[in-house]
Amino acid sequence: MITLFGVFLLTLLVITAFGIVRAQHLFVSVMLTGIFSLQMAAIFFILDAADVALTEAAVGAGVATVLMLSALALTENRERPTRPRWVPVIVVSATTLMVIYATFDKPLLGDPDAPVHQHVAPWYLENTPRLIDVPNVVTAILASFRGYDTLGELFVIFTAGIGVLFLMANPSKPGAVSLFAATEAEGLRHHLVPRVVGRLLVPFIVLFGLYVQFHGDYGPGGGFQAGALISAGVILYALVDGEGKALEAISPRFLRGMIAGGALLYVGVGIAGMLLGGNFLDYSVLAQDSIAGQHLGILLVEAGVGLTVTGTLLTVFHSFAARDQQER
Amino acid sequence: MEFLGLYNYWVFAILLMTGLYAVISRANLVKKLIGMSIFQSAVFLLYISMDKVEGGTAPIIQANAPDQLYSNPLPQVLILTAIVVGIATLSLGLAIVVRISEAYGTIEENEMREMDEE
Repeated sequence: MITLFGVFLLTLLVITAFGIVRAQHLFVSVMLTGIFSLQMAAIFFILDAADVALTEAAVGAGVATVLMLSALALTENRERPTRPRWVPVIVVSATTLMVIYATFDKPLLGDPDAPVHQHVAPWYLENTPRLIDVPNVVTAILASFRGYDTLGELFVIFTAGIGVLFLMANPSKPGAVSLFAATEAEGLRHHLVPRVVGRLLVPFIVLFGLYVQFHGDYGPGGGFQAGALISAGVILYALVDGEGKALEAISPRFLRGMIAGGALLYVGVGIAGMLLGGNFLDYSVLAQDSIAGQHLGILLVEAGVGLTVTGTLLTVFHSFAARDQQER
Repeated sequence: MEFLGLYNYWVFAILLMTGLYAVISRANLVKKLIGMSIFQSAVFLLYISMDKVEGGTAPIIQANAPDQLYSNPLPQVLILTAIVVGIATLSLGLAIVVRISEAYGTIEENEMREMDEE
């Protein structure tokens, strides 16, 4: 039954992808990418990846759609018709057939003897309870065993945030009209259903984000998911009540502090480990016994990840939203 | 049902190439970026498909069920961070597209090329 449901969802996914590429109106394409992400999240969930499904739903269906719509509002939302070109079609079809031919050598879905399950994964599953003692193995690997990787990923996000700030920074002129200024006059606030439902949902989304942040050791969750969820909540608030209100709640200065502070917190935990006589990002020395140290380290590192991700996503949203339309 | 065991990988191949098609055949820059995110999602699907273990569950250790099988946590960690990095890089790409649009007044590649040649 689950297999059939998976096949159904995967087929829908392919149809949606074709729709995205075919649609001439970019607004349609962007809305379809939201649906695409939601289907992808459902598939991840069926494939036992609860953490990934949570992230994909919050990021893909929430934040990414809003960002792409803001970009469309600043550019143009209709694609020029292009005449079909045959070379790309032939290249792409031939490559698809080759990749499909190659899959016949792959182990079937769910095969426990597949090579991927023989290498380090059993070690992680076996030793996480003993060495780190948190139930969620994904969090344990993400924050502790492979803390270096996550630090690197965090700095990629950090750099991307700085890059967007550089590209979109706008010396705000007095009387400049922001993209979402219309919201204040005639936007969602004066529509009854979005206003009531939106305002009702925002506190619960943020609360759920905080729960996901601090409960990440025990259930699906952690800094990446929480950052995406909280920023989705704040973006919803900005869409319902106007961007100005959201900026009053969390100022741009504070957001920039969050971007840098989160990354600094992560590095700081690593250096604290070194000062206490361990290796970089070795949390075992942070407290009396190694398990308590691991718990403390994971908590702090995840908090750093959450801060940077929330700060970056919200800063990016505000940079797009505040982009002066007159300047075009 | 045996043949359905590879269905995930076939969908991966089709999605991957759908994304690539959008990147190489369309002149619109936003469409190219959307194509790149489809390409990226296809890679995510490949990794997550490999993590599944028949009869397993999400890798959250249950102390009261010692014989429980768990799916592979490692691909999940890799993809979890990759999704958030993906949105960060996508927003950087969108920011560049917005600046290009301000400079050229268009986001169609061929129109930009014509303007450059003039």
